[in-house]
Amino acid sequence: MTALLSLWRNTFVRRVLEAALTLVGVSVLTFAVLRVLPGDQITASYGIEAGALSPDQLASLRAYYGIDRPLVAQYFSWLGGVLTGNLGVATQSQQDVLDMTLRALPITMELAVLSIVVALLLGVPGGLLAASRAGALRDNGSQLLSLLALSVPTFLVATALSSWLANRFGYNPNGEEFATLLRDPALNLQQMALPALTLGVSIAAPVFQTTRASVLAIRDEDYIRTARAKGVPPRRLQARHVLRNALIPVVTISGLQFGFLLGGAVVIEQIFSIPGIGRQVLLGMTQKEYAVVQSTVLVIAVLFVLVNLLTDVVYRLVDPQARAQ
Amino acid sequence: MSATTTAVGVPARAPRGGALRAALLRPAGVVGLLLGAVVLVLAVMGIFGLTPYDPAKQDVTQSLVGPSGQHWFGTDQFGRDVFSRVCSGLANSLRIAVVSVGISGVLGILIGVLAGYYGGWVDRVVGVLTNVLFAFPSLLLALALAATLDRSWVTVSIAIATVYLPIFARVARAPVLRLRHVDYVTASTAIGRPRLSTLFAHVVPNMWGILLVQVTLSLSWSILTEAALSFLGFGTPPPAASLGGMVYDAQTISAVAPWMLAFPGLAIVVFVVGLNLLGDALRSTLDPRSGGRR
Repeated sequence: MTALLSLWRNTFVRRVLEAALTLVGVSVLTFAVLRVLPGDQITASYGIEAGALSPDQLASLRAYYGIDRPLVAQYFSWLGGVLTGNLGVATQSQQDVLDMTLRALPITMELAVLSIVVALLLGVPGGLLAASRAGALRDNGSQLLSLLALSVPTFLVATALSSWLANRFGYNPNGEEFATLLRDPALNLQQMALPALTLGVSIAAPVFQTTRASVLAIRDEDYIRTARAKGVPPRRLQARHVLRNALIPVVTISGLQFGFLLGGAVVIEQIFSIPGIGRQVLLGMTQKEYAVVQSTVLVIAVLFVLVNLLTDVVYRLVDPQARAQ
Repeated sequence: MSATTTAVGVPARAPRGGALRAALLRPAGVVGLLLGAVVLVLAVMGIFGLTPYDPAKQDVTQSLVGPSGQHWFGTDQFGRDVFSRVCSGLANSLRIAVVSVGISGVLGILIGVLAGYYGGWVDRVVGVLTNVLFAFPSLLLALALAATLDRSWVTVSIAIATVYLPIFARVARAPVLRLRHVDYVTASTAIGRPRLSTLFAHVVPNMWGILLVQVTLSLSWSILTEAALSFLGFGTPPPAASLGGMVYDAQTISAVAPWMLAFPGLAIVVFVVGLNLLGDALRSTLDPRSGGRR
């Protein structure tokens, strides 16, 4: 038992180290992309007037911003700033990127949670229904539906749905100024309903497929046959033996999708004017606010890695096999 | 987790050509192929300028005309023929999908295969690099890259290729890990064939099925990604027609001209559904366990 535990700890430690290494890579890549970007901090703050600066002025400005130092030194001073919460400032609005991010993040988190709830409510029962009679009409029908959900772009569904509701019924809660959950819950939930529904339907497809595949795989396992032979009633067999084990991969896929939603909801946030973190990146891009883009993308990537790590930990906690390995 | 390994850990040798033919005989394969053929015909019309109208030609006297014998899919607010623009948009999607999947497929498979075959530090470095790329949500990464580079269909292709490269690397690596210790591979190196030559003579040819499925699915994803990029204004620049851009343009006037939203949207869906059906049919043929087994 103790040997198994230490072995599990080892794989766990390995997984954490891997995540840490990934984060280092993420920071290097983000930093490198910023250096590749056309224009530097000087052109960012002076615009086209940067061209009128004399070589002396340019040199002193470069020294001021620290971009005359070697790249490695620049990287470490940038990283030091990021680690102490200095994510830079949006030049036009003079807003602190950390503040902006802290405001946008809960909104995206709420959207992600609601979308996952929709996806689970659609995908898990659908997967169970399909697996209950593999190859039958209900199976093929729901597989076709999931294929459609994967194939129809979310921006198309969102555009069609919202313009239909607005044109036909004059219902457009997202036309009003965005309300946070704390300020006006009723309006907030109305504004979140369509985006969460659209995203939820598209994520329901992988949840459905995972549920279906894992129920089918588990049904033929030896321990299920043993339980059945022992005379466990079918209903109890389904609930205690099949469902409980079949839902383990669903935890993993939900975690992955949640992580993906933290940055992947950019299109939906844009269409429904939801001031989340994806929209922050997009606005940064259109306004050429490179500090905003770079820091926000970094935050999203870090969260993504952490959510995946957490998913892995939860998976190890709920899956006896992974625990034993 | 995956149940693709057989009892002895040796995958069944995929029959060349046979699997493809079998996949195309499945209902999903037939429908997929039909949808693909329709899309291909329209895209070819777009590529060679065989559309009924010039997709970029404006004619204000004909603006926002509904679908008719003259304009099958109607016209947009500038009087441009929507059918011609859908054809040219499909051509654009196809071109970007083929180029981006080509780049990411060739490089990704090469990297994945080498990492899996040689193992050790090569594998570890590749593992870290793919993990880093995976840490960025795919659309966001494509968006960031496309916004950094100048806007053109080439840069969009490169951006999408970067996103899918690690996926190909990972998909290609897994079967190599299983295949590199199979008897005929060991035998090949034992009789003195160089390792690299063994890799391409005996390992890679046995994984083409898995890779073909991945190529089909990646094509459909890259079409969706390109459409999303164009919708957000970071894809193929106007006046060239792109399906995502057309949906975006239709957004505000879809109440007056629903055809402007419906037809480009339908074109994306048909294209992607067709490719996904083909991919599904291929996958179920190659791996019967993933299909509707009892």
